[in-house]
Amino acid sequence: MVKVENIQESNLRPHRVLIAKPGLDGHDRGAKVIVRALRDAGFEVIYTGIRQTPEMIARAALQEDVSAVGLSLLSGAHMTLFPEVVRLLRKEGLEDVVVFGGGIIPDEDVSKLKKQGVDQVFGPGTPLSSIVGYLRERLEKKQ
Amino acid sequence: MKKNSKVSDAIAGVKRGDIASVSRALTLAADGRQEADELLKAFFKDLGRAQKIGLCGPPGVGKSSLSSRLISLYRKRNLKVGMLAVDPSSPISGGSFLGDRLRIQEHISDTGVFIRSIASRGMVGGLSNTIFSQIHVLEAYGCDKILIETVGIGQDEVAIARAADTVVYVTTPQLGDEIQAMKAGVMEIGDLFVVNKADLEGRDKAVSDIRSALGLGLAAPRVWEPPVSAVSARDGLGLELLLADLDRHEKYLKETPEGRRRLKNQCREELSLYVSRRLYRDFLSKVSEKDIEDLVDHKINLVDLASEILK
Ligand SMILES: Nc1nc2c(ncn2[C@@H]2O[C@H](COP(=O)(O)OP(=O)(O)OP(=O)(O)O)[C@@H](O)[C@H]2O)c(=O)[nH]1
Ligand SMILES: [Mg+2]
Repeated sequence: MVKVENIQESNLRPHRVLIAKPGLDGHDRGAKVIVRALRDAGFEVIYTGIRQTPEMIARAALQEDVSAVGLSLLSGAHMTLFPEVVRLLRKEGLEDVVVFGGGIIPDEDVSKLKKQGVDQVFGPGTPLSSIVGYLRERLEKKQ
Repeated sequence: MKKNSKVSDAIAGVKRGDIASVSRALTLAADGRQEADELLKAFFKDLGRAQKIGLCGPPGVGKSSLSSRLISLYRKRNLKVGMLAVDPSSPISGGSFLGDRLRIQEHISDTGVFIRSIASRGMVGGLSNTIFSQIHVLEAYGCDKILIETVGIGQDEVAIARAADTVVYVTTPQLGDEIQAMKAGVMEIGDLFVVNKADLEGRDKAVSDIRSALGLGLAAPRVWEPPVSAVSARDGLGLELLLADLDRHEKYLKETPEGRRRLKNQCREELSLYVSRRLYRDFLSKVSEKDIEDLVDHKINLVDLASEILK
């Protein structure tokens, strides 16, 4: 009990993260697995569901005041959708919200996405612990 | 210094109607640290401005879907709506899955609607410790209606009644046994009872079960008889009637002493939560490892140490 309070007092309130599925495909099993892993690792995870436009994602991030936005995508439209989310977040004034993504994304696209402000990209086989570890470290650094 | 300007920027922004500022203010309010005090002071005069509608009921009965429908109806009247959707934090990891937005995302591009998901962060009773502060932010932002969604099932989960003006208890025809067993706590806090998913079988039985449960053990007739309505958030049935009941309850609170009694209870509850947070903050800063050592070594007794700390 006291331990939890202590954590909150020491500036370490749980990080808030938004997980969303842009694009048209309706499979969100992968996204839900991430949501659960992050929750179990102590994050407050907001899940907005499938078929989200970049506009919807950016506005939800704005209202929820999250530190990071995770995008899960199978459909292959990552080169347009991921950078568009980054652009809209910045436009809303959310300068330091970390954007990361997951999906089947070729290596050559990964470096292009990073140049456009996507912080990290995870391939299909990535262990959940790597994603959780990355996010924790990344957000701790930010704080 | 920098922190203070962050807070005053947020205060000014909320009054201007700036969404990013509302969002930041809600975070400051949720964290409940000392820096949020200025915010509470600045927003306090908006207290009681909005009708705060609590929606509670077992998981999955359709509280979020129903909220989304109510938001649409209020928006037709051009009212500004805020929503706080509370989900429990895991006592083990401290993490939380906040999934209510799934059903409310249709309002995301409407600037007259502000939705915030909240983790209860260790508070029992289905609310978070700082929910009142967050309500003040939404009131200062100019919301006319504030919906508060929380899981509320048993007698211990009735905290919503200490924060909301109007409590809507939501259930479904599928939860027949649940209705039979509805405990006194729930029956007493509900101002309105809603059987959602009325598109499913068993609607009429559910409604009459609730009606008879409400009638049982009543000594004197009440001034406010809780209406029981059947709606379908999926098909959009019965919602206008529910809305009329919500309006009627608001009017009832305005025109009888009950409204003021509830506001007083809300103030009492908020004050007690605030004072405990402050005391706890002071406690953490005043207690040293040595004090604890002294307790273990019987050098000071608990009562004297506590008096020392509270001085
Ligand atoms: N048949 C039917 N299904 C409904 C109705 N309203 C909601 N649902 C479904 O019930 C499920 C739960 O709906 P939610 O609105 O998320 O319920 P909730 O009470 O907010 O759930 P929690 O926040 O998880 O406790 C979803 O699959 C909805 O589509 C309704 O009127 N009829
Ligand atoms: Mg819900």
